[in-house]
Amino acid sequence: MSESVVTRTDSGIAPVAPIARDHVIPLAVLAELTHRCPLQCPYCSNPLDLERAGQELTTGEWRKTLSELAQIGVLQIHFSGGEPTVRKDLAEIVKHANDAGLYTNLITSAVLLTKDKLKDLADAGLSHIQISFQGSETIVADRVAGLAKSHDKKIQVARWSRELDLPLTVNAVMHRQNLHQLSDVIQMAVDLDADRLEIANVQYYGWALKNRAALMPTLEQIEDCTRIVEDAQVRLKGTLAIDYVVPDYYAIRPKKCMGGWGRQFFNISPSGKVLPCHAAETITGLAFDSVRDHSIAWIWENSEALNRYRGTGWMPEPCRSCDHREEDYGGCRCQAFALTGDAGNTDPACALSPLHEGIFKTAEQEAAEGASQFIYRNFSGGTREEDIINRA
Amino acid sequence: MATRARNVMIGEMSRPALPRHVKFRFDEARQAWVILAPERVLAPDETAVEVLQLCDGERSVSDMIDALAAKYVADRKDISADVIAMLQDLADKGFLADKVGPEA
Repeated sequence: MSESVVTRTDSGIAPVAPIARDHVIPLAVLAELTHRCPLQCPYCSNPLDLERAGQELTTGEWRKTLSELAQIGVLQIHFSGGEPTVRKDLAEIVKHANDAGLYTNLITSAVLLTKDKLKDLADAGLSHIQISFQGSETIVADRVAGLAKSHDKKIQVARWSRELDLPLTVNAVMHRQNLHQLSDVIQMAVDLDADRLEIANVQYYGWALKNRAALMPTLEQIEDCTRIVEDAQVRLKGTLAIDYVVPDYYAIRPKKCMGGWGRQFFNISPSGKVLPCHAAETITGLAFDSVRDHSIAWIWENSEALNRYRGTGWMPEPCRSCDHREEDYGGCRCQAFALTGDAGNTDPACALSPLHEGIFKTAEQEAAEGASQFIYRNFSGGTREEDIINRA
Repeated sequence: MATRARNVMIGEMSRPALPRHVKFRFDEARQAWVILAPERVLAPDETAVEVLQLCDGERSVSDMIDALAAKYVADRKDISADVIAMLQDLADKGFLADKVGPEA
């Protein structure tokens, strides 16, 4: 999602890249305003154990936090969730961020927005909106979202966004059950006059791990996907920027997750916990500090959980002596924990991990078996799709 | 339309401006100018900063080149190539609009 302050440029405009030390003040921060959401996507990036409304930071606590972020040198804020628009104080929060000089981005499912609410947000200084799509048409998309009529509503809000002159990113999360719609998703983004398209293959932690058998693409799908995206990137240059995230299980080298643990990015959970990524709470045994107890500057320097996997000193073999250790920082800690039980191990997405061959086989096998039923994301630990159908 | 930034071709007659979703400001914490855009933070070098400060949707690229060529007593042709390449690079990313339009 937000590990993307990356850009290759020439002619005098260089990307702002962190210098080689174990952490710098982030350029962008993700603020998860709530875990409440009307959608039930089976790959949701929130933790299985969702934070309740009563635990959420108040408007005043967010104002204080946003001011602190601007003060320490954060430049961009992504408002996300859950669904951030369930917060009635969203426009007020956006205005405060904008007034503090932060570049504001709303990451939303869009289904709760009206044209008036959207206009209020634009008037409050919102700089950019990112709308998630679950497919290219209603049947697949509404089923994945677990909400009837959601796709049509998203299309409507995307159009309103452009009418209000808000730049639009279409975010499409792809997996085995919607990858056949990829070309149509790209065309949909063009038709909606989007500025940018994020094609993100599901990453398997939390809810997505629970649903892995129903979501894992085949190797053939991934090869087609890469070809279609690369072709579109060339064809649509200057019209639509396309960012592409490949799934780990079919990779040979692990991704430099979040640019390194606690190195150049953090997110703030609804209750104010400062996390190195949105999935970090899936790792049990780590205690994250809250903005309710400490300043952000203090937490960024002193949090034990953030310091735990910073730099390269914590690494075991094969990472410790690996030439790539500062290129990928051992991959993803959450994935290492999910698949090996120890967040300090090499991410099995890496070909040098003793478990790599195993996960590749798991992916191929699960994709071939073709399980289709979802476990939907909710506050009661998830609901099986067949139980919803039986109840209806 | 200053705010659309699609397939913009920068030429000497263009009158470039930053679209609404692109912010160009001084970052006090890092003591450097930055360009803020969706999911992007860019650091323009000194020359780029100077050019961007002239991008108000009124001045033409031609005027900017004249001003810079005079200031640095440099060959207009060299300045022109550099300025247009830098602006075109930003335009290709969707971070620059042209008040005159693509035909100009």
